[in-house]
Order: sequence, then structure tokens, then C-alpha cells
Amino acid sequence: MPFLHFENVDYSYPSGEGDYIRALIGVDLEVERGEFVALVGCNGSGKSTFARLSDGLLLPDGGKVTVDGMSTADKGSLYDIRRKIGVVFQNPDNQNVTTIVEDDVAFGPENLGLPPAEIRERVDWALNAVGMSEYAGSNPARLSGGQKQRVAIAGVLALKPELMILDEATGMLDPEGRREVLDVVTRLNRETGMAVIMITHFMEEAAAADRIVILRHGKTVADGGRELFMTPEVFTDAGLDLPVTVRIAGKLAAAGVDIGTPLSADEFAAAVAALKRGGKP
Amino acid sequence: MRDVTIGQYYPVSSPVHRADPRIKLVILLLYMVTVFFCESFLSFGFLTLFVIVTVIMSRVPILKVLKGLKFVIIIVLITTILMMIFYTDSDATPIAEWWIFKIYLGGIYSAVKLAWRLLLLVVMPTVLTLTSTPTELCDGLESLLSPLKVIKFPVHELALIMSIALRLIPTLIEETDKISNAQKARGAEFESKNPFKKIKAMLPVLIPLFVSSFRRADELADAMDSRCYRGAKGRTRMKKLRLRAWDIIALIGWCAITVCILFLKYNWLGWNFITMLSL
Repeated sequence: MPFLHFENVDYSYPSGEGDYIRALIGVDLEVERGEFVALVGCNGSGKSTFARLSDGLLLPDGGKVTVDGMSTADKGSLYDIRRKIGVVFQNPDNQNVTTIVEDDVAFGPENLGLPPAEIRERVDWALNAVGMSEYAGSNPARLSGGQKQRVAIAGVLALKPELMILDEATGMLDPEGRREVLDVVTRLNRETGMAVIMITHFMEEAAAADRIVILRHGKTVADGGRELFMTPEVFTDAGLDLPVTVRIAGKLAAAGVDIGTPLSADEFAAAVAALKRGGKP
Repeated sequence: MRDVTIGQYYPVSSPVHRADPRIKLVILLLYMVTVFFCESFLSFGFLTLFVIVTVIMSRVPILKVLKGLKFVIIIVLITTILMMIFYTDSDATPIAEWWIFKIYLGGIYSAVKLAWRLLLLVVMPTVLTLTSTPTELCDGLESLLSPLKVIKFPVHELALIMSIALRLIPTLIEETDKISNAQKARGAEFESKNPFKKIKAMLPVLIPLFVSSFRRADELADAMDSRCYRGAKGRTRMKKLRLRAWDIIALIGWCAITVCILFLKYNWLGWNFITMLSL
């Protein structure tokens, strides 16, 4: 049984004037425990709707969303679903509830009704996991965007979810902040086995995932590993950019130099170095 | 602008800082009532002595405390002057006279007492906010009001609302800044001398601010929902407020002070010598 299961899910929302926008159309998707999935698509592709449907903040118009076998449509299991799925939202300013970092991280475990000592333990662990321990007593308002988002991640982490969904959590951050968040999430996925769905339109982030799902006009148009980058059309057709290293490699290939499809600067450098040494990458 | 925070917490470690916020709130309430029972200079002096002791114990620089009184001093000065000018006492002879104004000795006494009382009323709340974080105060208030849960008063919700409001103040100030800059860039005029024009110019700032606040509220509610928030139901707290011996001693101490002030005012037990000492 897949951990998160979208079965033929439809969702539409009113766009005024009695019209409806179909945000998701017949989406089928399965995400297993421990996976690192990037969900990509341009604006209006239904990415954020996906996050809200997973967590039961929205309910599907058609089809079914189940988390660990529990349907989000069943009001009684919403609380249990939210214990298993944590969502980090886009705006770092709209997620914390108090003026002290550690109190904010404690909000989730407090809602679970855990004993104070265990809350303390989880808060310290979560803040340490995102590298924000030294800011435990700070006011979130004084932190940078990347730091605020790491606090938000810690706040979700303290609930010890089995799946963390980052709904364009890096969308409002500068490159430095984006890197901070991506590093933390990648490490958590590797070390704790927590599944991650990274919703993004930054291809460099998507390239860090094990699996990439592309949404276009509310439908999944591609679902696969990094081999998806071998067929750039699936990205460009969905209105997405390719990672800059893939684009350069494409130009090089057109000029008669084949270095494969490097997805990061490191891979690119390694490929070029191998080429210089005269071997095949 | 992002450094704006409500309150003016001064982070040092002192007995006053460490005291339980509930006790601090109760003492403050008791103290405010006591101030109104002060009538003689003796009782004012007596109470002031303990205020000074508290300020010294709090290890907050005296200048910081006085800075908190800055805005009140103007009000105090105005009321004092008015009090002196308009005080009339047909039995006494004025000590000074100018045009239609007559200054009496009694007027000066009451004016000084009024000023003293106002300053006493303001100084302790200032000390409270200097020595307690907004979160501590919210938690303290929640705990103090918790008996009201019996009559279905939403104590937890109220405390959470306060906490969120406090946390949103810097965010909203930042946002106001951004919007007014955006409007300025499009030629809005905020510098007009005419107060009506000034208020009218604020409208294009307030409306977007309102709209975005609702959007923020929506997103925050989603974030809270997804973090398993279900209201007060089944909720525990990481930081439990705990009364210590010191808190009880402080409370008993302040109760004693109040009793002393009441003795001075009502002259219970016929202690006339006290009234003889006071003016």
C-alpha cells in the first residue's frame, strides 16, 4: 500500500463569474515512504493544490486521496493524517505563531499533547537538525528568509512526520536561502528516511530529487528519475527551464562535444575534466 | 524597521526577571490599587521606596526605565500645571497671584501628589514589560484567567490571539512600509500638512494592508491546521509556569506593603501618631 496515494483526483475552484478553473484533472500518483520526489510545473499547473489536497486542507471533487490507508475525506482521520504529513508553505512570514523561535517549534508537539520533557527534546532535536539551535531564543522577525524557513521546517519536523511536503518553500528566498533549505531537506531525507515532496519550479532543486513528477495544466505529464533530463522536451513543453548545466551540455552536444547530462555544477565539472583527460565521461 | 518589537524586554538575569509572570501580574494589579490608596506624602514616599528597590533588583538601567516614562511626563506636567492654576481654596490665602490666577499652598500639594501618583502608576507596568517577554505575559495571563474556563470563556484562544497579534506587529509594520513605498513610487503624497489630506492619503495604504492581512490570516490558519492544531483540546505546554518560594515571598511582601498603606490611610487601631507624621 503506497504511503500517499492520489487516485484519479479532480479538483476545481471558482474563478469568479460562475466559472471554474480545473486545477487537477484525473491525477494518479503514489509516493512511498522514504522517497524524495520533486513536483515541478509552471504557475497554475496545480502544484499547490496538490499540497493542500495531500494534507486534507482541501478535499478532492472527484477521486480519492489516501495517506497510509486513511482517506482525507474522512473528517475523523484528518488529525492522524496531519501527524503523518507536514507541510512547509511558501511565505516564511505566515507560518509562525509566537515571537520566540523555540516556542514556535514547540507549537506542533504541544498540539499533540506530549509531555513537556518530550516536547523539549523534540524542539532541541528539530532546531539542531536544521542548524538553528543558536537562534532558539530569537525573535523570528529578526531572522533572514532562509532562517525563517528553516524554523518553519523545524516546526514541522518536531511533529516527526513520515512525509514532508515543501510547497514552494524556497519560492520567496534568495539563492543562499534556497541552498540552506535544500541542504537541510536532502540531509533529513537521507538521515531520517523521512519522505519529501519538494514542490518547486527551480530545476536545480528538482535535479536533487530521486524522482521527478511534472505537472502541466493539472495533469501529470511525466514521472521518472533523472533520466527525464535526457528528453528535455518534457520540461520545455510544461513551461519549465532546464538546469543551466543541462542547457550548456545541450549546446555542447550541438557543437559536437558530448558530455552527457550533468545535473549540477559538480557533475558538470567532473564531466568536463574527464573529457579533458581524454576519456569518455 | 524589522527590529520593531512590542514591549521593550531588557534581557538580563535578575530576581525580577525570573519571577513567575503570574505573580508579577498579580502584584502589578495589587500595586495599582494600592497607589490609589496613597494620600499622604508619607505613604507616597513609603511606596516609592519599594518601587525603587524593585527597579534596582531588576538590574534594568534606571535610564531605560525613565525612557519608558518619557511620553507620560508631558501629560504629568500639563496636569500638574493645570492643577496648580485651577486649585481654589476660599479659606486659605494664596501664596502667589497673577492676573486671574491664584496659587495656593494646597494646590501645590495636590499637584505634586497627582504627578507622583501618575508616575507611580506608569513606572511599574514599565518595569513589568522590561522584565517579562510578551510570551511570558501571555502565558501568565492565560494561566491566571484559566478559572474562567468553567464559564466557557475561551481563555486559551484569547492567549493565542494575543500571541499571534504580538508576533504580527513587526511583520505588518514592514508591510506598511513596503506598500507606502510602492504608493510613493507611483506619486502618492504622504507629506501633506493638512491632516485630512494626510488621512486620505493613508487609504491606499490601509486597504492593501487589510487585504493582505486577511490573506496572511488564511495562510497562517492553514499552517496551524497542518501542524495538528485543534484548539485547546488535548494541548500541553513545553514551558510550564512554576511557582517558587521566591515568588510567594514577593507576593507576601507586596501584600504587606498594601496593608501598610491602608493603615496609613484609614488610621486603623487609632495609630494617630502616623497621621501626625504625615502632611
